[in-house]
Amino acid sequence: MQKRLLDVQSITMQFGGLKAVDSLSFFVNEGELNGLIGPNGAGKTTVFNMITGVYTPTSGQVIFDGQTSSGLKPYQISKMGMTRTFQNIRLFRDLSVLENVMIAGSKDITYSAVAPLLQTKEFLGQETQLRKRSMDLLAIFGLEKKANEQSTSLPYGEQRKLEIVRALATSPKLICLDEPAAGMNHNETHQLMETIAQIRKDFKLSVLLIEHDMKLVMGICERIFVLDHGTKIEEGAPSVIQNSKKVIEAYLGPEGIH
Amino acid sequence: MKKPLLILIGLIGLGVFLDFATDAFIQLTLIYVLINMILAMSLNLVNGFTGQFSLGHAGFMAVGAYTSAYLSTLIPVWTGPAQVLYFAILATAGGLMSAFAGFLVGLPSLRLRGDYLAIVTLGFGEIIRVILLNTPAVGGARGMYGIQGPTDWEAGPLYVSKFFWGYTHAIFWVVVCFLVIWRTIRSNQGRAFLSVREDEIAAEAMGINTTQTKVRAFVLSSFFAGIAGAIFAHYSNYLNPASFAFTRSVDCVIMVVLGGMGSLSGSLMAATIITILPELLRPLQETTGVDLRMVIYSLSLILLMILRPQGLMGSRELKVSRLFTFFSRGRNAKTTP
Repeated sequence: MQKRLLDVQSITMQFGGLKAVDSLSFFVNEGELNGLIGPNGAGKTTVFNMITGVYTPTSGQVIFDGQTSSGLKPYQISKMGMTRTFQNIRLFRDLSVLENVMIAGSKDITYSAVAPLLQTKEFLGQETQLRKRSMDLLAIFGLEKKANEQSTSLPYGEQRKLEIVRALATSPKLICLDEPAAGMNHNETHQLMETIAQIRKDFKLSVLLIEHDMKLVMGICERIFVLDHGTKIEEGAPSVIQNSKKVIEAYLGPEGIH
Repeated sequence: MKKPLLILIGLIGLGVFLDFATDAFIQLTLIYVLINMILAMSLNLVNGFTGQFSLGHAGFMAVGAYTSAYLSTLIPVWTGPAQVLYFAILATAGGLMSAFAGFLVGLPSLRLRGDYLAIVTLGFGEIIRVILLNTPAVGGARGMYGIQGPTDWEAGPLYVSKFFWGYTHAIFWVVVCFLVIWRTIRSNQGRAFLSVREDEIAAEAMGINTTQTKVRAFVLSSFFAGIAGAIFAHYSNYLNPASFAFTRSVDCVIMVVLGGMGSLSGSLMAATIITILPELLRPLQETTGVDLRMVIYSLSLILLMILRPQGLMGSRELKVSRLFTFFSRGRNAKTTP
């Protein structure tokens, strides 16, 4: 049996009188690539915020890698091996492309606070190591030539890629991508699809993906969860989702089936 | 480790020259420039690099100043070259006390953002001032008189003025402060500072403990503010709670903003300008008979903020090599047209 990496157990998020997510359960197996879809406002990003620790679920719990992760701070969850990208790109704007990635790689740094003051060998060695590793990661997306440019000077599509590189730099087990293809054209989306599949293989990652581009989702996801009004209405392989009445209703309304 | 040491020795050598070439007034102003440099650099760590808005720097300076001054009443001063060590030890004690205060204030308040943090730190500064005002052991409102300062030293044919010792002490801390902040910024910890400034939510998602990062910046910053206070206490030989009023905190913020948030060389420049400008305008007051100093001072600040809202240096650093290319480019432009 496959190991469950992420196990979400009936989590609910209540904002005042609004139930954004209502007792949602799903799981991600180790090495799986899963999709989370749903119409606008279905609560997809809220789910991401809950599992990555930005919000604490009102009720229910999240088990990640055998440990309860709900209630922990985002940085703790990140250190456990779950990381994410953001729907509305959140790069460190004034910093260089390379610095963006190096910040995320801080987990590997073990030198003390005094080491940089004395410029010890340990400090210089680890910095060189981190720089090299960051450059290697940038090279996956062909961003290594732009390493010293300011991150916001990159075109939109490359900023999205940089977010993925930055997430990879935290050496995650599970990476949550929030609409990685938003604003990309057909070709770019296709390329991205291949890269995601590739890094998943190379880094032995599990991926959880929010995406509106159905071609992308249906093309690479193994299982898909469909969310509407904060509840899960369907779950299964792409072929199941494509033929589900409930899903078509949620997207197109009840008349859509006629 | 060699280069900073050489720079320090060079700067101390400069002190010998300044001792001969300048009068007491210029020397006093110079010491104030150095004190303000430390204040500006240390506040820049919080306001510029970590992106938190602190308005209580005078409070931390006061903690350091009074701690160091009070300790000097308990421990007799050393003479000769050893006095620099004496003052450095007292200043370190003052800095540590101030860092502790920074930790106490920072831990609960750094959960707040922007204006709210500014108000809390402002309140802290005022609390410190009022406590000092009501503590008879350190003079209360009368202030603290006759604080031990640097003294002249004669050894045979050698005569070293008190200015030189005071200058050596101050310049030592300027170099240390610059070096510590400069190198910390270029390390893992420094990148954490910057990431908190840029985007806290993203920083957390990348595994940065943002609260801890902010507290660290705050503690380091208040340590150096305390050092600056200690230098101030021993060189002016007199402390009064009024010296650490809200306006001094504002002065510190002005220096940081003027020099550029996130630029240490900018802070150094701004500290120099802000300290010297009012003094340079003094003759104007004598000739016109009207005190226009503060008017001109404020007008020049307003003008600068309109013309260069990012401050003198923005977030860049001054590089000697860049300076050369700048000037050589200028020369080429003149010769080619």
